[in-house]
Amino acid sequence: MASTKVSLTVNGNEVEAEVDSRTLLIHLLREHLNITGPHIGCDTSHCGACTVDLNGKSVKACTVLAVQAQDGDVLTVEGMAAADGTLHPLQQAFMDNHGLQCGFCTPGMLTRAHRLLQENPNPTEEEIRWGISGNLCRCTGYQNIVKAISQAAAQMNMKEAAE
Amino acid sequence: MNKQPSRKEREAALEGIGTSRKRVEDPRFTQGKGNYVDDIKLPDMVHGDFVRSPYAHARIKKINTEAALAVPGVLAVLTADDLKPFNLHYMPTLAGDVQAVLADEKVLYQMQEVAFVVATDRYSAADGVELVEVEYEELQPVIDPFTAMDKDAPVLREDIKDAKEVGGHGPRKHPNHIWTWEAGDQKATDKAFKDADVAVEEMISYQRCHASPMETACCVASFDKINGALTVWGTFQAPHVVRTVAALISPLPEHKIRIIAPDIGGGFGNKVGVYPGYIMAIAATVVLGIPVKWVEDRIENLSATAFARDYHMKGELAATKDGKITGLRCYTLADHGAFDACVSASKFPAGLFMICTNSYDIPNAFVSVDGVYTNKTPGGVAYRCSLRVTEAIYMVERMVDILAQKLGMDPAELRMKNMITPDQFPYTTTFGLQYDSGDYPAAFKKAMKAVGYDKLRKEQAKMLEDFKAGKSRKLMGIGISTFTEIVGAGPSRVCDLVGLVGTFDSCEVRVHPTGAAIARFGTKSQGQAHETTYAQILSTEMGIPAADIEIEEGDTDTAPYGMGTWGSRSTPVGGAACANAARKVRAKAQKIAAHVMEVSEKDLEWDIDTFRVKGAPDKAMTMKEVALAAYSNVPEGLEMGLEAVEYYDPPNFTFPYGAYICVVEIDTDTGETAIRSFYALDDCGTRINPMIIEGQVHGGLTEAFAISMGQIIDYDETGNVIGASFLDYFIPTAVETPVWTTDHTVTPCPHHPIGAKGVGESPNVGGVPCFSNAINDAFAALGGVHTQMPHTAPRVWEHAKELGLVA
Repeated sequence: MASTKVSLTVNGNEVEAEVDSRTLLIHLLREHLNITGPHIGCDTSHCGACTVDLNGKSVKACTVLAVQAQDGDVLTVEGMAAADGTLHPLQQAFMDNHGLQCGFCTPGMLTRAHRLLQENPNPTEEEIRWGISGNLCRCTGYQNIVKAISQAAAQMNMKEAAE
Repeated sequence: MNKQPSRKEREAALEGIGTSRKRVEDPRFTQGKGNYVDDIKLPDMVHGDFVRSPYAHARIKKINTEAALAVPGVLAVLTADDLKPFNLHYMPTLAGDVQAVLADEKVLYQMQEVAFVVATDRYSAADGVELVEVEYEELQPVIDPFTAMDKDAPVLREDIKDAKEVGGHGPRKHPNHIWTWEAGDQKATDKAFKDADVAVEEMISYQRCHASPMETACCVASFDKINGALTVWGTFQAPHVVRTVAALISPLPEHKIRIIAPDIGGGFGNKVGVYPGYIMAIAATVVLGIPVKWVEDRIENLSATAFARDYHMKGELAATKDGKITGLRCYTLADHGAFDACVSASKFPAGLFMICTNSYDIPNAFVSVDGVYTNKTPGGVAYRCSLRVTEAIYMVERMVDILAQKLGMDPAELRMKNMITPDQFPYTTTFGLQYDSGDYPAAFKKAMKAVGYDKLRKEQAKMLEDFKAGKSRKLMGIGISTFTEIVGAGPSRVCDLVGLVGTFDSCEVRVHPTGAAIARFGTKSQGQAHETTYAQILSTEMGIPAADIEIEEGDTDTAPYGMGTWGSRSTPVGGAACANAARKVRAKAQKIAAHVMEVSEKDLEWDIDTFRVKGAPDKAMTMKEVALAAYSNVPEGLEMGLEAVEYYDPPNFTFPYGAYICVVEIDTDTGETAIRSFYALDDCGTRINPMIIEGQVHGGLTEAFAISMGQIIDYDETGNVIGASFLDYFIPTAVETPVWTTDHTVTPCPHHPIGAKGVGESPNVGGVPCFSNAINDAFAALGGVHTQMPHTAPRVWEHAKELGLVA
């Protein structure tokens, strides 16, 4: 199997790895770079547990080849908090609203919600539900996830207005 | 001068029972720092992957591993022949049967494990799997359980074809028969039916479905050859049981086996049993001497890891003409697949099916279940319910609606008429179960009032009128479910696992000199937040803030022996062990406080977090102060230290209950159902953390919605499993999932130290019949009696068509 060198930015750090050309982005992150926040839940791009941000778009890292991320900019849940450790408003809102239980879908859910709020800073409940419909959760029934995203959006908007 | 904290402030600082304490698990999960099995990486670790059968029933003629072994990175290919010398080709199941670890001469279901390829990475392992050549001779499969005991049915289990019984449950009637289980008074029940004014009968099928947690089953096994010690990290809901089973089937002694369940990405019953992947990872690490990881993918999970339900129940109710139920009969055919790997207590092959008289005062009942083998995946796990409880409750709740329809009565009125009343508690059912507490009519009345039941019925009648008049194509359905669960398995005198260990549970508490503490448990959280809630019980009982108490579970080297988390047993059993262990600590602390303050133990009273001298309340010692004294100044004859262990064997099960009401609107032309509202009232006794309870109810209802409206693991006539990926298998997204309204009443459990009953499974048990009743109710006035789950749009449309409602 031909191996390829990929270089990309992950959570603000420039990284390099030698991978098989068939290696999936999720395996590059988890196996080569030890970034284990994004999970694998289905292998068929239905569950969204592997969701990360690639060049400003939500992607399911189980259906992107690592080589497709060449020179790319990847954000995972590990990169969401501020450099000083302050949690992202979404991370805080998920904790405050009981938006997670087993935690397995949470990293994907958070990175997806992060991108959703970039695309639509003021979503309605219905828009949130559609916006996270590529991310499955078996524990929460989504109600508190929707509440958390809604609250985070309000907080982020308030902060922006104040600045 | 510092102001003394008020009583209220002191209580609040504890974050004890009754507070919606924020979860301590969340900081790691929201920052990608959870520690799930697939996150574990050990030096030299290799990967295992299965070659699986394409056929449901076939003889294995030959396995050629040459090409696979030539793949770079492939280290070994193991088959049943490699396991036979160690007698590891079969493993015991929780139901007292055996299950093939790797297919021995014959495959018995599609996707059955045939060979195990070990390679340096998962890609090479997958390459190796592709190149293992297996020659099969196809055999006729048994797919329909109703044909399994036909005279000319092929014999599936040649390994046990002469066995007189399986799992010690009495004689078998046919080589594909597993056991017959019966309960109740058949004669009295038959008489009740003979004397009845009205009787109804219906075949109620609860389809084969799958718990499908977000994290699939996986493990890492690591054998240390020098010390002869094995460590297995795995997705285990019951780690100690896994250790004991491993000790029984391997030459390793139990103290050289360490089972660790790290963070688990959801279980829902799917991770109680032992799967071939675990055994193969262990076998491979023992052979190779390096750590072996096995992670199944989703298709493997849905098609080869234990299913749930597959109960086909012929329900019958007898009643007087004014609606008093006088008898219940139910004959069930249970499809167990190729091996009986059902999760059950060893004396109860059909679990706790006796709960089928539910919340009703039914004087006579008789149930009988036949388990059969078919060419399907083994399993029979309790998918978010206690053992076979959801099946029993689904059957009876559907039958009550069918009886109401026959009697021309409102289903709410019929329920109210037959409910056990508060003055009847403790109530012994006709099967001998003792319900400890409850006020069913109060809960149901509260629910009906909250939804405006009478008004809803009027609206439904109006919609029906419009439908009949051709003004609308929509029908409205109102579903009710008033259920009683049986959870918290259970008293060891009646309940055990693998015929060996009773279903007690345990807690070990140790208070450190500075007043912080650690507690360890035999249970194992899979998302229920034990780290948060156990600390709340301990804080209320010991007067130590929950934030100062570390909770640990899942490591068999450190945790006290326990049966794990399933059947809503953590709060009823583990929670009781927790409270009692804390009370032992407090009792010892009281002796130490009395000694230090030079008073008699009897002169002290407990005040939130402090021992006070009666009559001299300023003379006091906080628990924190006592903790230090426990390591420096104890009375003569008392040991140093402040710790306690409790192994709690519950005196009875617990019986949470609820009243649910659902409103749906069905478009008859498309069969599509819109869930208009869902109201769920639960009574789980004392509420430890209301926020977490509500979260559990949301999740359980969503799983009930999934099961009743879409989930099915189906097979075609040749035994191909259909729909075993997330492309087809219904996992609701945020878009389809209804908005839930939750409510509660509180009736503490009298035999539990803090009065708690457990809640995680109630919403699934109560939710499934509620949805199904709503769908059926929509068609009841138009001649519909029962349509089988799952209520997908095509099936609902078919039902409407059968009733002549669509062209």
